[in-house]
Amino acid sequence: MVSEYAIEMKNITKTFPGVIANDKVTLQVRRQEIHALLGENGAGKSTLMSILFGSYSADSGAIFLEGKEVEIKNPNVATALGIGMVHQHFKLVQNYTVTENIVLGMEPTKKRLLDLQSARKRVAQISKQYNLSVDPDALIEDITVGQQQRVEILKTLYRNANIIIFDEPTAVLTPQEIDELMIILKKLRSEGKTIVLITHKLKEIKEVSDRCTVLRRGAYIGTVDVKDVTENDLAEMMVGRAVKFEIEKPQQKAGAVMLSLKHLEVKDSSGLVRVKDLSLDVHEGEIVGIAGVDGNGQSELLGAITGLLALSHGSIMLEGKPIEHLSIRERIELGLGNIPEDRKKYGLVGEFSISENAALKNYYTDAYRKKFGILDFGKMQKDAGMLIEQFDIRSAEGAKTTAGSLSGGNQQKVIVAREISLSPKVLIVAQPTRGLDVGAIEYIRKRIIEERSKQRAILLVSFELDEIMNLCDRIATISKGSIVAVNKQNEVTEREIGMMMAGSKAEGKV
Amino acid sequence: MKLSRQKLLQSDGGVSVLVVLLGFLVGTILVALVGKNPLNMYKALLQALTGYNIDNGRMNVRYIGETLNYSVPFILCGLSMGFAKRVGLFNIGGEGQYIMGMTIAQMVALLGPQVQTLHWLLAILSAIVVGALWGVLVGVLKAKYEVSEVVSTIMLNYIALYLSRIISLRMPGATTFRTANYPETAMIGNEFFTRITNFSLLNNGIFMMILAVFTYWFIMEKTSLGYGMRATGFNKEAARASGIPVVKSISISMAISGAFAGLAGGIIALGSFRHGRILSGMDNYGFDGIAVALVGNCTALGTTLAGLLFGLLKNAQPLMQSKQIPKEITFIIQGLIVIFIALRSALKLYQQYKEKKALQKEVGVR
Amino acid sequence: MSTIINMLPSVLMIVAPILITAIGGMICEKSGVVNIALEGLMAIGACTAASAHVLMEASGVNHSLSLILALLMGFVVGGLFSLVHAAAAINLNADQTISGTGINLLSVGVTIFASQILFNADRTREFRMGMQTDALGVYPTAYIAIAVVVISWFILYKIPFGMHLRACGEHPGAAESVGINVKKMRYFAVVASGVLAGLAGGCVVLTQTIQYTSNTINGRGFIALAAVSFGRWRPLGVAGAALLFGTAQAFSIIANNIPALRVLPTEIFNILPYVVTLVALVLFSGKNYAPSAAGKPYEKGAS
Repeated sequence: MVSEYAIEMKNITKTFPGVIANDKVTLQVRRQEIHALLGENGAGKSTLMSILFGSYSADSGAIFLEGKEVEIKNPNVATALGIGMVHQHFKLVQNYTVTENIVLGMEPTKKRLLDLQSARKRVAQISKQYNLSVDPDALIEDITVGQQQRVEILKTLYRNANIIIFDEPTAVLTPQEIDELMIILKKLRSEGKTIVLITHKLKEIKEVSDRCTVLRRGAYIGTVDVKDVTENDLAEMMVGRAVKFEIEKPQQKAGAVMLSLKHLEVKDSSGLVRVKDLSLDVHEGEIVGIAGVDGNGQSELLGAITGLLALSHGSIMLEGKPIEHLSIRERIELGLGNIPEDRKKYGLVGEFSISENAALKNYYTDAYRKKFGILDFGKMQKDAGMLIEQFDIRSAEGAKTTAGSLSGGNQQKVIVAREISLSPKVLIVAQPTRGLDVGAIEYIRKRIIEERSKQRAILLVSFELDEIMNLCDRIATISKGSIVAVNKQNEVTEREIGMMMAGSKAEGKV
Repeated sequence: MKLSRQKLLQSDGGVSVLVVLLGFLVGTILVALVGKNPLNMYKALLQALTGYNIDNGRMNVRYIGETLNYSVPFILCGLSMGFAKRVGLFNIGGEGQYIMGMTIAQMVALLGPQVQTLHWLLAILSAIVVGALWGVLVGVLKAKYEVSEVVSTIMLNYIALYLSRIISLRMPGATTFRTANYPETAMIGNEFFTRITNFSLLNNGIFMMILAVFTYWFIMEKTSLGYGMRATGFNKEAARASGIPVVKSISISMAISGAFAGLAGGIIALGSFRHGRILSGMDNYGFDGIAVALVGNCTALGTTLAGLLFGLLKNAQPLMQSKQIPKEITFIIQGLIVIFIALRSALKLYQQYKEKKALQKEVGVR
Repeated sequence: MSTIINMLPSVLMIVAPILITAIGGMICEKSGVVNIALEGLMAIGACTAASAHVLMEASGVNHSLSLILALLMGFVVGGLFSLVHAAAAINLNADQTISGTGINLLSVGVTIFASQILFNADRTREFRMGMQTDALGVYPTAYIAIAVVVISWFILYKIPFGMHLRACGEHPGAAESVGINVKKMRYFAVVASGVLAGLAGGCVVLTQTIQYTSNTINGRGFIALAAVSFGRWRPLGVAGAALLFGTAQAFSIIANNIPALRVLPTEIFNILPYVVTLVALVLFSGKNYAPSAAGKPYEKGAS
């Protein structure tokens, strides 16, 4: 009996320390279909697919390929069975070439020696067949993110994959590259491949998927035919309740210029220019968004403003005062707040308690510093306790809880609480809702709008275009380190911004 | 019962005790394997600790004094390593900082003003300052030039050794292994201690050490300087992004770290010897300080206890040797203890494994 | 000019063990594991080789055979001790710097302990004859060192195994995802560094002295570690770095032949290799060249 399914994962359960990642999940994927796997962060989609790819073993359950039961102990077995995975965080060796990465682990040899010539030939062959153009001799660290993704895809095709899993493939692409990826997916399907698409992007599901399975908190919710549902339906299945997408933003006039960036040039640690001649003003009471794909200079720009990176040219003025030569601490004291992109790396000290983290920026001031440099830890705890209440931070032991043990959303709340409590004049916000569940996302966005009402000047960097469109008054599009255009939010469309992100100089009004 | 075992494994103090016991266990087995009687090892340890000789029932309090005296440099070098580790640096240059402190103390003792109290005070302070400078050098090399402190400290240890020889050979009355005797004003002996411990070398250095331990605890746990350092040690990037002056913190901590080791050198120079020494090899207190800090988990109290243990082990060495047990067994035990400490993270893995099994049970996986 | 040529055999004698150890350290770090126990492993190798040789000499074993066996034993025992570091770092995710330091401390004890048990002294018994130089005045260790460099280059860059190993040090996640057993690779690399360090220790004691004492290795293991960094983790670079440091160390021996330098105290020459190492690291330190994943424990499933 031939099964109608290419893949069947039945009653899969997988636990990790402290969490049930998959709770008796069943997934059925038909041959030659593009099947989306939808769920919030932490819903269990990546875990499920890692089990299919052999990176993890399920605690219980069974997997069937074309009706036959299989045991996938490791990625080698998966590869031999024709399953390939295009990872969200690319598994590419930076200082190897495209070819070396594609053939790693399955290198052609001539008399036991590496035969990279044959490798090149085969790579060129496959890339032509599937329209995935790459330079076989380029080093991974030198090519764009979109090209790197193509290398990941080629890795699976080199290994004759029939089933290809894509893990959040569009997180790092421009709208144009996303369009190209959609075309590639359809081409792969027409060439007989079965595709599983892990994503939380509802628009893309509607655009390219045949069917969609929804997971929530480790459990299977349901499978639908994509043409029969709307984005709102999918969102509701994903979250479990009706979701409001729009945020209420009161009309208000922007005030004086608080942050002024003029002709900034910033080099990264290897000396490459990442920000070129960038000028931008942010007024009190407005949210200015920087729209762009990751890697176009946003990190370097924010690094220069906060003081983590040095400027090679230009000036930064806070309330009229030049700050480009000031230390990080001096900038903070002048009223520069920062909600960093990587909260674990730059925002919190995981081993410190909530109260110690809350005081990270002002522990040394008169607020807590007594004679001889002795700190008033008691006061720190009290103040932190108030923040915990105000910001509804869920913690096991209150102010004494170690920050590392909090959930992502609560960690972010600690950072937001700290920054807001310092009443900054200018607030830099980078990727504020990355990796958070819907509840936390709504809360954080609400707070940002609140700060805007308090007449703070807010600079928001986000890779999620809808977040930018939702929250910002003005939108500056960045591409290759320069601002392409600055537009008022109600005078520009997502599509236009998308084009500007990719570098084409469309019309831009300031 | 299960709950308390879990708690013990989770507490760092519990792990340290466990690790020490394990080290001794393996050492005992090793001694037995080479045909010697492990009981002799423990007899020696008992005698070193209490002065009581179990074989002939006699008591000699000198051993107690010596154990305490030996523990002084161990504790100080442990504080040295521990302080730097808390800030995220692996300072294995305690040996070099110790040597520099010792050398300068010798120099000031022999050449300095022979004024009551001022003389030894000056010598000790010089030792602290020079130790601090030798430490700051490491910090600067790391912070500015990205030179790994693991390699730079070792190099500086050897450089210190030979520099010490060059300097000490030019001291008054220098032969190939010693200098002239110190003037009375430079010594830090304590008559009271000498009397009650039957002429052990226990001296005023112990008071300085106690002060140092208190200073360590105070700075680290109570001051804003210590707060900034701890933040830097746990997460350098977050500390930096929050405005904490990381380069300064690293330099200051290496200075304080070096100061502790330099102090140890000064105390040994002026307390355990009547004359300067021309070093032909390293005293190894600096290296042992590494193990002391790790066992003591880099806390003030833990380091003190660990230092006492190591002082005990050292004092027991000649006793062991006289009972046919090679004194190197103490080095082996120390090495094993450090290796076992490195496996602390294995405990975390074990814990995770247990949690996972518990969860699986909950969900009903067979 | 002739002095320099005369210096060469001595320089080679000193460089060889440092180079062998450094290549081992390089292979280890290229796989992602930092091994600062090279010093201790060299000591263990030296003690083993010295003990083995003097015992075999006494029982009348053929001289060349004894030397080869002694080196072999140093090789093996170095590898055995490195397994401790391997297990700690790879299977138990231990802090690699601490576990390496532990082995260094352990080796101090184990070597002298063994000497006490075997020879009733805190050093091994002096053997009568160590290695002999060939017609050019060069010790066989120099040739061993060159062979080690060439073989390591071949393994790392010419066969798939080497490509896999290097990937483990750059991006273990990527390696694992294409079916490479990262743990096994790293075990190989750590043991490689152990056997090479053990071998090198044997080379030191059999060419430069007559017995093993606690002063025999005297920092060579750490100089080798510096050579790895200074040589930017490539075989040729490491060879060049080892040559530089070895030359500096050879100076103290050579100095006696150059009248102008004889006035300086010997300690100046003792200090030279360490100062040169430090200065070299300051001038040429390139953290950017280190394998990206070196020193970080690899946990499966972490992306």
